[in-house]
Amino acid sequence: MTTGLAARLPRLLSLVPYLLARPGVRVADAAADFGVTEKQLRRDLELLWMCGLPGYGPGDLVDLSFSGDTVTVTEDAGMRRPLRLTTAEATALLVALRALGEMPGMVDGEVVRRAVAKIERAVGAAAVSTGVAVGVSAREEATTGAVRAALDHGRALRIRYYTASRDVVGDRTVDPMRLLLIEGRGYLEAWCRSAEAVRLFRLDRIDEVVELAEPAAAPATARPTDLSAGLFRPASGQREAVLRLKPEARWVAEYYPVDDVAELPDGETEIRMRYVDDAWMVRLVLGLGGQARIVSPTSLRAALIQRAQGALDED
Amino acid sequence: MNLVLCLLSTRQYLTAERIRATVAGYADTASDEAFFRMFERDKAELRDLGVPLETGRRSVFDTVDGYRIARQDYELGDIELAADEAAAVALAARLWDSPQLAGAAHGALVKLRAAGVEVDEDAIAGVQPRVRATEPAFAPLLAAVQAGRVVTFVHRSHPRAEAKRRTVEPWGVVSWRGRWYLVAHDRDRNDVRCFRLSRISEPVSVVSAAGEVRVPPGVDLMALVRRSAGLPPVSGIARIWVARGRAVGLRRLGQLVGARTHAGRPGDELELELRDRETMIRWLAGHGPDVAVLEPAELAEAVRRCLSGAALAHGARDGRSAREAHPARGEHSPHSEPVGVSRA
Repeated sequence: MTTGLAARLPRLLSLVPYLLARPGVRVADAAADFGVTEKQLRRDLELLWMCGLPGYGPGDLVDLSFSGDTVTVTEDAGMRRPLRLTTAEATALLVALRALGEMPGMVDGEVVRRAVAKIERAVGAAAVSTGVAVGVSAREEATTGAVRAALDHGRALRIRYYTASRDVVGDRTVDPMRLLLIEGRGYLEAWCRSAEAVRLFRLDRIDEVVELAEPAAAPATARPTDLSAGLFRPASGQREAVLRLKPEARWVAEYYPVDDVAELPDGETEIRMRYVDDAWMVRLVLGLGGQARIVSPTSLRAALIQRAQGALDED
Repeated sequence: MNLVLCLLSTRQYLTAERIRATVAGYADTASDEAFFRMFERDKAELRDLGVPLETGRRSVFDTVDGYRIARQDYELGDIELAADEAAAVALAARLWDSPQLAGAAHGALVKLRAAGVEVDEDAIAGVQPRVRATEPAFAPLLAAVQAGRVVTFVHRSHPRAEAKRRTVEPWGVVSWRGRWYLVAHDRDRNDVRCFRLSRISEPVSVVSAAGEVRVPPGVDLMALVRRSAGLPPVSGIARIWVARGRAVGLRRLGQLVGARTHAGRPGDELELELRDRETMIRWLAGHGPDVAVLEPAELAEAVRRCLSGAALAHGARDGRSAREAHPARGEHSPHSEPVGVSRA
C-alpha cells in the first residue's frame, strides 16, 4: 500500500464482496455503482488480482475471470463481506433517511422506517448515528400529498397560489414535473400554463390543489430548473434597488438575496438587491420604519412617503 | 490491501516482524526505519477507514504486541432491502449537497451494494430533496462533533450583536428549515446553546483531544434547536382592518371576522395571532393605508411610529406633516384616539 492507493483502498475492500454478490456483472455497471470510470475500475481489478494471502500462491490470491465485458470472482482470499459502515457513513445515510421519512409526501414513511431499522441492525450498535439532525416544516403536509399523487398519476393540477413578491393569490393550471426540497422548504416544479414557463411553487403557499382529469403535458422544451447556484437567479424583468441599512436593519442583507453589500464608514450598510414589484419594495422599506432608506430608484421614495402619510392621515 | 487480507485471515496476533516477512509489499523495504514508517502509516490509514485493528499478544511469553482484525467487528452484518426500501435509501444518499456528507453517504451506499443490496439511484423519479451545507464552519464543526473535540470560534448571536469568542463542547449539527445550527454546551456560560452556523465568522479551532466531549444520553438535538430558533409563543391577538382585496399575505395568516368599513373605505376585520412583535409591526406598517390596527392600542401606536420613521428617513419634512396640516381629518375617523397613548 502506498499513499497513492489510500484513496482507492475503501473501494478495493468493497470490490471483492460486490463482485461475489453479482457473478458476471458488466464492468461498466460496476463502475457506475462505484461512481468511477470504467478505466479506473479496470485498473482496480488489475490491482486486486495481485492481492491475496501470504504465500501468494494459487488459491491464496484474489482471482477473477473476465468474459466479454463481464467479470466474476473465482477466489475471494477470505474477503466475503464489506467493511462495516463508519460512524460518519452511517450518520450521513441514516440521518438523510430519517429526514426523508419526516418530509410528508416525499416517500412512504413506513418504507423509510423499515429501511432505517434494517440498516441499523446491519451496522451494529457501534455506528449508532448521532450528531446530525435535519428537520423541515410540516405545514405543507396536505398540499404535498396531493401534489405527490398528481405526479404519480401523471395528471395536471389546478392550484390556488400565493405570490409573495406581488402579494396576490391567483388560480393557475400547471403540469407537475418534480417535487423538490430546497433549503428546508418543499417546492413543486411545474410548467405553468399561464406563464408558459417552468416555475417553482412553494408548497406552503399553495392554498388549494385540484387534480385534473387531463394528463400532465409539459412541453418538450420545459427544462428542470438549474439549482446548482441556489434558488435565486437573475431573471429578466427584475428591477434593482440600492438601500442604506442602519445596523438594526442589517439582517435584511442576510435574509434576502442581495447582489452587493458594502459596509460604510458611518456604520451603515449599502446593499444592491433585485426585486420584482415596486409595491413589494415599498412594503419592505416602509415596514423597516426608518432603519432602511431607499437610495434608488428615487421614484420609490415619493411613493413610500405617500403611503406612509396616507396611513397616518387615515387614523 | 494485502495487510487487510492477511490480518483478516489470522486468528492469532501477528507481530510486525512477521508481517514484514510475509505480507507482499513490505519485504522489499530498504531498512527497519523505512519498514516501520510504512507500517505505522498503513495502520493509521486502516484505522481511519474504520478497520477494527486489534493489538495483543499470543501468549505471556511474547515480548512485543501483535496485530489482527476481528472478523465479526470488521464485517457488515447481513442486510436485505426490498425494492421500495432500497429506492428510499438511494434517495437518501442523494439528499446531501455538502462534500463531507455526500461523500460519507456515497461510501455507505458502496458498502451496501457490496453487501449485495441492489440500489437503483433512479428508482424514485420526480422527487428531489436536497439539503445544502455551504457555511464554511460546517465541515470543521461536523468533524469536531464526530470526533468529540472541544472547539472555539467567534460568533454573533444576531446580526447586530457584538462578535464574541465561544468555547464549546459540540453535541451536534442540525439543519432546521434550511438553516444549520450547532448545538453545544457553552463552557463560558455553562449552559446548552444553539449557534447559527452562518453567524460563526472566525475559523473553528480544535482545543482538545478526541473523545473529550460527552453528550448526555437522550439529548434531542432537534427539540433544542426548535426551542431556540422556532416561533415564539402566541402572546396575544391583534384585531386589524384590511382594505378590500388588499394585503393578501396578511389575510392568509389571519382569521376573518367579517366585513368592516374604516375611514370610509370598505374592507374586512381580521384577527391575527401575535408572536414576534417586531415582525408583526413590520408587516402591518408595510401595507401603509391598506391596513389599520384596531387593537391593541399599543400595537397601533408602534405601527404609527414605524410609518412616520420611514417617512422622515425618506425626506418627508415631518412624518406628521400631513396630519398636522389637516388636524380636522382625524376627527372624521370612526376610531378615536386611544386614551393615554402619547403621540410624541
